[in-house]
Amino acid sequence: MTEYTASEMMIAASARELAGARVVFVGIGLPNIACNLAQRTVAPDLELVYEAGVYGARPSRLPLSIGDPCLVAGATSVVSMPQLFQYYLQGGLIDVGFLGAAQIDRYGNLNTTVIGPYQKPKVRLPGSGGACEIALLARKVLIIARLNRRTFVDQLDFLTSPGHLTGGESRARLGDYGQGPTAVITDMGIFRFDEKTREMVLTSLHPGCKVEAVQERVSWPVWVAPDLAETEPPSPAELGIMRQELDPAGRYRQ
Amino acid sequence: MSKVTTMKEAIAQLVNDGDTLAIEGFTHLICFAAAHEIIRQRKRDLTLCRLTPDLIYDQMIAAGCAKKLVFSYLGNPGVGSLHAVRRAVEKGIPAPLEVEEYSHFGMVGRFIAGAAKLPFYPVRTFAGSDIPSANPRIRRVDDPYGTGQIYVVPPLNPDVTILHVQRADERGNAHIWGLMGMQAEAAFAARRVIIVAERLVDEAVIRADPNRTVIPGLIVDAVVHEPYGAHPSYAQGYYDRDTQFYLAWDTLSRDHDTLLSWLDEWVYGLAGRAEYIQRMGPEVWQRLQPGEAWSGQVNYGQYPE
Repeated sequence: MTEYTASEMMIAASARELAGARVVFVGIGLPNIACNLAQRTVAPDLELVYEAGVYGARPSRLPLSIGDPCLVAGATSVVSMPQLFQYYLQGGLIDVGFLGAAQIDRYGNLNTTVIGPYQKPKVRLPGSGGACEIALLARKVLIIARLNRRTFVDQLDFLTSPGHLTGGESRARLGDYGQGPTAVITDMGIFRFDEKTREMVLTSLHPGCKVEAVQERVSWPVWVAPDLAETEPPSPAELGIMRQELDPAGRYRQ
Repeated sequence: MSKVTTMKEAIAQLVNDGDTLAIEGFTHLICFAAAHEIIRQRKRDLTLCRLTPDLIYDQMIAAGCAKKLVFSYLGNPGVGSLHAVRRAVEKGIPAPLEVEEYSHFGMVGRFIAGAAKLPFYPVRTFAGSDIPSANPRIRRVDDPYGTGQIYVVPPLNPDVTILHVQRADERGNAHIWGLMGMQAEAAFAARRVIIVAERLVDEAVIRADPNRTVIPGLIVDAVVHEPYGAHPSYAQGYYDRDTQFYLAWDTLSRDHDTLLSWLDEWVYGLAGRAEYIQRMGPEVWQRLQPGEAWSGQVNYGQYPE
């Protein structure tokens, strides 16, 4: 069997979530590789949108930032940020948005603002950037995060980007926005959201991972799907594209 | 009619203590040359506005230029934290810093309202988020057409906006290509505008491609010719983003004194950008030199009487 890292598993699993997607709002880091992998595998027509103002990017190298010049050269269109946020995102053209966070709760609400009280933070995090509006306006949202108790918390210190709020119909009551997070891809397994309660449910474990180990890294009692599946490991083809084309330096392998 | 001046003169004449200042450019065309001159001239009590404070405001805040920061994403893009901003917010070093926080779309709305002289701007974001509770300037109004409530943000009208551009003529008509971020809105919203150009060109170069003129000289007060003025940010087609510098900043900015000695060497110790370019050395500029990818030409047509 081919060896692979937990990051490679996360990237492959994220890319597969984009099957059939047309337009994705890309974040930097793992989502960036996942989107580029999806374009070469399950979603050949995928259009990459970057908040800096790029539609239809064809990056020739792995960009460090979402404003890298390689995203501009060869893109379908470069627009100002008012156009990007108003016509593309608010206009409803984004199928999938990718988000990460310092804290996530069981309803997929995200904190990227502060640890501790807002007025006197213990850790001042970056804040929203475009995350709040992506969380609201993309048709659906995928969350990528490594499992640990500091991240998967019972109570957020600050709610930056809305997921399913307090569960049930609470997000629907906000009005006419996207459907919110549909999956949380972690280094040990994949969560989806229960249709009724909108709580996270563990639906798939990555090969070699145990439910107990997942529970140790989550602050609330983990809800496990009765038909818990095993995630298909990254294929040799997926690993080949990641290692030879997308991240030859191995920056995101560990 | 020429508005061409030096950076030293432009900053001395147009940036005052206590001003609200926007040096815009989303990752692209961030005018570090202007920031360094502001630091050298020891401007104080500035309200600094930018979607992404980036290293440029990290440096200005460490240097003690700012009393307040208005922003939407506080990170070293793709790297991690802005350590000097965090020190100011978390520990009050070198001085406490007031923050006013939005999302990107919130800041986008603020600059549009500022440019269009509107009293507020509606944005379909913030619903369900804690951001409005942390910032009372984000408010909700009833849609007069009956679809419910919508969040609104107030206009942002900087005293001064400073933009770096690829080329401009002596009156400040400026061409930008590549990422355009919020440059146009930030300029139209401002009371005074400084244009800093990689190249000063003849008016005919501007008129040959009017679709590329993002800023008209009409709203420009000063034009400064400053090649490599955006480093370690970049100018599309001129020089690459210096990712090595952005990565190195993560280490050297972790300690306030180390950061201050960097400012001593690279800002206070130099007379201006020309010395900075020389001190960086030709291998840096060689490393950042991109290959060529020219646009196709378009035909604007010639229309005789």
